[in-house]
Amino acid sequence: MRRKFLLKLLTSLLLIIAFQSNAQNEEHRKDKVELTSKEAEKLERKEYIQHHLQDSYDFNLFSYTSDNGEKKHIGLPLPIVLWDNGLKIFSSSKFHHGESVAEHGGNYYKLYHNKIYKTNEVGIINYDQEHHATNVKPLDFSITKSVVMIFFTGLLMFLLFTGLAKSYTKNNGIAKGAGRFFEPIVLYIRDDIAIPNIGENKYSRYMPYLLTIFFFIWFLNMFGLTPLGVNVTGNIAITFAMALLTFLITNFTGTKDYWKHIFDPLGDTMPWYGKVPLYLILIPIELLGILIKPFSLLIRLYANMQAGHIVLMSLIGLMFFFKSWFGSTLSFGLAFAISLIEILVALLQAYIFTMLSALYFGFASEEHDHHEEVHVQ
Amino acid sequence: MVGAGLVVIGVGIGIGRIGGSAMDAIARQPEAYGKIQTAMLIAAALIEGIGFAALFAV
Repeated sequence: MRRKFLLKLLTSLLLIIAFQSNAQNEEHRKDKVELTSKEAEKLERKEYIQHHLQDSYDFNLFSYTSDNGEKKHIGLPLPIVLWDNGLKIFSSSKFHHGESVAEHGGNYYKLYHNKIYKTNEVGIINYDQEHHATNVKPLDFSITKSVVMIFFTGLLMFLLFTGLAKSYTKNNGIAKGAGRFFEPIVLYIRDDIAIPNIGENKYSRYMPYLLTIFFFIWFLNMFGLTPLGVNVTGNIAITFAMALLTFLITNFTGTKDYWKHIFDPLGDTMPWYGKVPLYLILIPIELLGILIKPFSLLIRLYANMQAGHIVLMSLIGLMFFFKSWFGSTLSFGLAFAISLIEILVALLQAYIFTMLSALYFGFASEEHDHHEEVHVQ
Repeated sequence: MVGAGLVVIGVGIGIGRIGGSAMDAIARQPEAYGKIQTAMLIAAALIEGIGFAALFAV
């Protein structure tokens, strides 16, 4: 009961925050348009979109310029965790949204292009000839906006699916509540993704990973569509980490046949002097293939989500481009249509990532029967 | 830039052909709908990956 209540509370809180931040964002941007000249406006639109796509050190819900020209940000500061000759933990509110130098334990840090650099008291950034900052960059383990969303999604999945699992024992094998919605999806992943691709005998050990990756990507994609401004799956580091997991699982569960297929695909069908010139070309290609498979996974998810966000933000930006009833109508219609497509894409990308992972696992774990027949003869 | 445009045209034609062929196949064998759809999505996703790779190379 308690968990259910907690879940409902979390969901409603999220929704309230989401809608509020959306409304406030729109207002803020309308005010801005009147204030600035056309060129600056163009730049600001671009910056706004780029800022939205990036990770950030605070959970900014909305910002506005007050009547006396002061920029105000409303949101939650998040903890900054640095490794700089020892662990340094302080709140990101010390940066004042990158406007001031943060002091912690005698060291000074400054935000520059969304990265933390170590500086002196006044916050001077040194540049080299190519205009790159040469200041020391401490190792950054900060709990950023994306990390908060990952934790939140993890917690949500944990509560949802342990609840689903427990409801089976409590309720004589019948799912209850939200589990009724998720049960068919879990079954779909088992019966239509895992079993056809991996095979009846071996699919069960890959199921936990496939389910986790599917729901993780799907939930994060859906959170990306809320006006919270999170773009977790559109972050190449995160898709890279997920593709790396698929890569490691594929290669560490690979059977003898899988490696034989890579290093000796022709087997007994050809004498060794025939194989050598062929394998000089074939083996490098197969080895590259091992890397290209997960690489295409990471690029596909990243690019799809990033592109979707850019398109949506640009369409909303049309409103400020035309500045008439025509622009708003067009912007609303197009943004609405694209949002609907994005809901489909959010599910489709999660499906494709899971599907292709299952396919690669299938390649890795397959065992050919015909090899054994050859040996028997 | 022109190269990226050409790649996107190619990708469009490719995915269009996959979709069209899948439609034909489903019309011919409606009972294999699920399998055809899965195969179609995989092929489309693979081609799409090339398209994105080209766009990111710009």
